[in-house]
Amino acid sequence: MSDTHKKEIDQISGVETTGHEWDGLKELNNPLPRWWLYSFYACIVWAVGYWIIYPSWPLISGYTSGVMGYSQRADALAAYDEGVSARSVFADQIVATALEDIPATPNLLEFAAANGAAAFGDNCAPCHGSGASGSEGYPNLQDDTWLWGGTLEDIHTTLLYGIRSDHDEARLGEMPAFGRDELLSRDEIKQVSNYVASRTGLETQDGVDLSVGEILYVDNCAACHGDDLRGIQEMGAPSLMSANYLYGKSLEAIKKQVHSPRNGVMPAWVDRLDEATIKSLAVYVHSFGGGQ
Amino acid sequence: MCRFKTGARKLMASEKARLVSLEEGLFAGFLVLLTFACLIVAGKTHDGVMSFHALIGAVAAGAGVFIIFNNYFNSENAAPVLQEIDGKPNYNMGPVKFGTVASMVWGIAGFTVGLIIALQLAFPALNFDLPWTSFGRLRPLHTSAVIFAFGGNVLLATSMYVVQRTCRVRMPGSVLPWFVILGYNVFIVIAGTGYLLGATQGKEYAEPEWYADLWLTIVWVAYLLLFLGTIWKRKEPHIYVANWFYLAFIVTIAVLHITNNLTIPVSVFGMKSYIVWSGVQDAMVQWWYGHNAVGFFLTAGFLAIMYYFVPKRAERPVYSYRLSIVHFWALIFIYIWAGPHHLHYTALPQWASTLGATFSIILWMPSWGGMINGLMTLSGAWDKLRTDPVLRMMVVSVAFYGMSTFEGPLMSVRAVNSLSHYTDWTIGHVHSGALGWVGYISFGAIYCLVPWLWNKKSLYSLKLVNWHFWVSTLGIVLYITAMWVSGIMQGLMWRAYDSLGFLEYSFIETVEAMFPFYVIRALGGGLFLLGALIMAYNLWMTVRAGEPAEAAAPAPGVLAAAE
Repeated sequence: MSDTHKKEIDQISGVETTGHEWDGLKELNNPLPRWWLYSFYACIVWAVGYWIIYPSWPLISGYTSGVMGYSQRADALAAYDEGVSARSVFADQIVATALEDIPATPNLLEFAAANGAAAFGDNCAPCHGSGASGSEGYPNLQDDTWLWGGTLEDIHTTLLYGIRSDHDEARLGEMPAFGRDELLSRDEIKQVSNYVASRTGLETQDGVDLSVGEILYVDNCAACHGDDLRGIQEMGAPSLMSANYLYGKSLEAIKKQVHSPRNGVMPAWVDRLDEATIKSLAVYVHSFGGGQ
Repeated sequence: MCRFKTGARKLMASEKARLVSLEEGLFAGFLVLLTFACLIVAGKTHDGVMSFHALIGAVAAGAGVFIIFNNYFNSENAAPVLQEIDGKPNYNMGPVKFGTVASMVWGIAGFTVGLIIALQLAFPALNFDLPWTSFGRLRPLHTSAVIFAFGGNVLLATSMYVVQRTCRVRMPGSVLPWFVILGYNVFIVIAGTGYLLGATQGKEYAEPEWYADLWLTIVWVAYLLLFLGTIWKRKEPHIYVANWFYLAFIVTIAVLHITNNLTIPVSVFGMKSYIVWSGVQDAMVQWWYGHNAVGFFLTAGFLAIMYYFVPKRAERPVYSYRLSIVHFWALIFIYIWAGPHHLHYTALPQWASTLGATFSIILWMPSWGGMINGLMTLSGAWDKLRTDPVLRMMVVSVAFYGMSTFEGPLMSVRAVNSLSHYTDWTIGHVHSGALGWVGYISFGAIYCLVPWLWNKKSLYSLKLVNWHFWVSTLGIVLYITAMWVSGIMQGLMWRAYDSLGFLEYSFIETVEAMFPFYVIRALGGGLFLLGALIMAYNLWMTVRAGEPAEAAAPAPGVLAAAE
């Protein structure tokens, strides 16, 4: 190294410089800090130890497997199996037990509630809410209004196959779009909506002949919603006398729904969740207080 | 500046006009071809975004041709650029000035988008149900704006400044430096508008599509040549440590960028492309790239800044030459191995993730070598921290660097990673490095650079620097503590089981629990942005109203386009 610069002693630290200078910048010739160097060595030693113990270096067709024979994959599979077998005692019993007998068996009820709560949070809560109280368009599971029935068996069937889902066994029931498909005129929609409003305790518009609305109701709606407006559960036709309207209880909302109904979808879970989990979910949802 | 120009004009008026230089001819020819190529693509593509980008390309390339010839026919530039004036190097500072201004503009844009997406996480209604303002598009806009637009312009500007000063020589070429800095910013515009319009190849921190990648490759090779050319011409016998780090940064980023973007476009006239790597190999290449973007862009590059600006500002020699050599080589040889720690508990084979984790641990001390050299350089000048908030900012930056390079190896250990992975702890870790280290060392460097470049005696107001320091430090502390707490809470909630072996919390419950921390984080980000706005005002006033430096150095650049 041909060095044209002169080494000098830095006045403040008393340390020699390297003699180089760039744009006024110089360097001191301090040695490597000992603690730094030894920590560096210690890290290397630790790493070498790790390489000896665990799988770490690639070979031509394989890798060094480490002296402990540790495998993350085997570890994870063992933990998974352990979890499955710990649950299987109860899970198998849930599968074997008739649905209506589960709530009567304390052990199974406790297991179903825990299983149901966990499954509900990750699968159902996105639509029905984490408190199961629903929102507009997504039924509240806490109240006693059930579109397709609130018995254990009804809830179980809905869970298995869904509503208007793509499953063959899905619950089907579709309200016609009276306005969009021009089955009723604007005036007729106004009249029938006012009639429904008058029956279910809502304010009606002035100057609307409710008797015309009643005739329209009988001709177009009663087949599904019933002459008494209390709905027909087998068809998924909601009671119009209910306090809970899925898409909002107001004259405007009724008109909107008669004009272009929103036929919401619930997916089928039969191919996504295992049998014990679906049964647990049915028991869990039924236990909210609204179950029939 | 003006005095010199007038003098030069008088001097040159009588001389014969020079020929177009080889450099000007080559660049003009290349840009003419590029303009036509872009116009053809813009016309033939069925892809709206690509057509828009091709038009930007055509306008930018056409403008480049115009600038080259406008400059040539301008009588002021009739003579070749002087390499030295009165025995002093005639440094080319025009592109440095441009990069400095660009970094502040992009920085504020990037911090603002960061604040918006932080608020979107707390208040999802702020997505406005529009594709262009959704979190998914704004998030890469934020990361690229702060890393590549802000950080990249800081690196380009400071590297051009530092390499000239420490080599005591003018950068080679007259078009080349401008091609590098302007070409890089054209890439930024194409990348950023692409994110908003939905163009992405879905690779984190490497989202731009193939044509943007290709353009960046050309610009980057030009940058490498410019940097190497300056070192080649140097008047100093040795190469200063900052330049080693800059060079490592430029070379490695080139390799990383190309390897991680080896894509095959579906068509020359379509923006979609497919990567040649597949499955876990693609993931491995992606995180080898991703981690070394941190290592070589955000660490090596900014260590270079530290090695010039800290000793310069402290007016002290670098603490240890030997430490700088050892930690430099250790850092660049070890960093490149650490990528797999981003893929713990994935399909990546265990041996690869173990190897990555152990190299991350070995990397701890080489990283700290930079911190020691930075902090110990202040020995004998610690009193300056009381009076100089710029130096204080840089010292705190080095402290944040030390903290996050300790936290990083810790999080790379599989047992810790099983808790931290996918949680906000990672976001907190990244931001302690990004806001604390990269942000503060950049702010410090820019606070130094602006008075030097614009020939001012000092900054407009040190008091405002002090305000910037405290406001943004409070912001950083709020940000990272909120993310630590929420990240660890999130990790613990995810792994909590009840006595029957079922998950204790649903995912949505963990999201709900994060809300207060998201609000605190947004508050921290807001303070950081506020600090940057104070800085921008201070710099603006420095340029506008600062007292000129005495014994003004000769004009740093003669390219008229610089001013």
